[in-house]
Amino acid sequence: MAWLRKHLVLILGLLVLVYTFIPIFVVVLMSFNDPASRLIYRFDGFTLHNWANICEDPDMCSALGRSVEIGLLSTAGATVLGTLAAFALVRHEFKGRSTANLLIFLPMAAPEIVLGSSLLALFVGAGFAGQLGFWTILIAHIMFCLSFVVVTVRSRLAGMSDTLEQAAMDLYATPRQTFWRVTFPLVFPGILGAALLSFSLSFDDFIVTNLNAGQTTTFPMYVWGVAQRGVPMQVNVVGTLMFLVSIVIVVGSELNSRRRARALV
Amino acid sequence: MASAAGAAPLADVDTSTVSGRKRGRTGYLLLLPAAVWLGIFFVVPFYSLVATSLFDPSGSDSRGYDMTYHVANYWHVFQDYRGPLLRSLWYGALATAFCLLLGYVLAYAIAFKAGRWKNLMLVLVIAPFFTSFLVRTLSWKLILADDGFVVNTLQAVHVLGSDGRLLATPVAVVAGLTYNFLPFMVLPLFASIDKIDHRLIEAAGDLYANPITGFFKVTWPLSLPGVVSGTLLTFIPAAGDYINAQLLGSPNQRMVGSVIQSLFTDANNYPAAGALSMILMIIIVAMVLFYVRRAGTEELL
Repeated sequence: MAWLRKHLVLILGLLVLVYTFIPIFVVVLMSFNDPASRLIYRFDGFTLHNWANICEDPDMCSALGRSVEIGLLSTAGATVLGTLAAFALVRHEFKGRSTANLLIFLPMAAPEIVLGSSLLALFVGAGFAGQLGFWTILIAHIMFCLSFVVVTVRSRLAGMSDTLEQAAMDLYATPRQTFWRVTFPLVFPGILGAALLSFSLSFDDFIVTNLNAGQTTTFPMYVWGVAQRGVPMQVNVVGTLMFLVSIVIVVGSELNSRRRARALV
Repeated sequence: MASAAGAAPLADVDTSTVSGRKRGRTGYLLLLPAAVWLGIFFVVPFYSLVATSLFDPSGSDSRGYDMTYHVANYWHVFQDYRGPLLRSLWYGALATAFCLLLGYVLAYAIAFKAGRWKNLMLVLVIAPFFTSFLVRTLSWKLILADDGFVVNTLQAVHVLGSDGRLLATPVAVVAGLTYNFLPFMVLPLFASIDKIDHRLIEAAGDLYANPITGFFKVTWPLSLPGVVSGTLLTFIPAAGDYINAQLLGSPNQRMVGSVIQSLFTDANNYPAAGALSMILMIIIVAMVLFYVRRAGTEELL
């Protein structure tokens, strides 16, 4: 009883954690499902068919490919713009800093439906209603990823002391050498984290994308569409793969940083 | 959702105390591209939205709209869509309350009880949310299905009647919202609770406060910044979300986001869609300001 009282909070916490994993177990399980009918969503039997034939519905794979493409391009765009802005905010003094901070904060605080509908209002107002598609999605994704990149890189930069940079300068490194050999490698984990965050935000976005996509379909929009008329089990294969890839990345970076920490000692 | 990994932008560090900043034009040049992008694709669109919401409602997609400063649009959409609007705020608030309850337990356990497993548990909090939002929500549909394990169990213990169901009810929608936005609550709460000096809680115990009093007099007040940013980060997206309502609910659980979406893309009624979007934004901003004032943590923004 005393043991239970001592560990009650931890046990409750672990139960909440288990709860967050319930749908993941279902996604993994359903990726091996052999459905009796496309209309009834339940586990009917085990098969490897879905894994072997991921692209059975070519529409799903083309939507998936488009999501990856948009994800990569918007990550590249948002990471470059956001990292520059983060350097400006932490390392440079200028007027209008608080306005800049507000401008970066607001897109994160606004509901997605408002972001998406105002962008659509702009595109329609500017006469682009017929051109909605790949490029308008890309513009939207760079816009909403940007703030998250700035915040992530900024917190890395702000937590960094400049003693190593000063040491490099004392040892006659030029500003350029100092930047590329000292500053950049130190900030890099922050930039990488920001890029991963951007990719997953872009890849997973539905509400903003759906408003600005026109006839173009991304993976979340494909899932939305099939949710009304019968879900192919390959959707769960993609869900499982997304989970596995992110686990590999997270564990890999954790191991890498531990290895580095040991190398420094 | 993975975006929660951008933990607590509301509680972001104030960098203005850092000294040794360079002056000159470089700062502006570095900031310029991002500022231009946000200016054109965030600030200007917001003006377009305000303008759209004031267009003459008798215009149409093909004939174009006249700017008539038709403020009555706001009143009309409020009357027409009061149900979904209030429902969204109510569901958002309920989901936020449940997230706070579950998230506090989890964040507290990670911060104070996890010991050397702290980092692993933090990773595990975010990990499930790397799977697609829609795929996750679809699997809740399966879990809560009419002949599923959960419903059968609840029927067996007579919580639900024999023909009772969870899908297509407000319960399923709020449960879905609670699940999907939980990391937005846990991460800021953890950041706040983790900073609390453990000696203060021990001191409360030494002064004969029982653990419950100690919690409400020491831990809870010290974690308030996390509570404030967590509830905002959860409430704002939850009130605007319509994926859960659509996949787990029925038309009776329709939320305002879905109305805005279909007014824009199906009905092509841009003035009404713009006005409804603005109303949602205004209500949320008003609530946020009121709430932050009440919580006495203005410095968060």
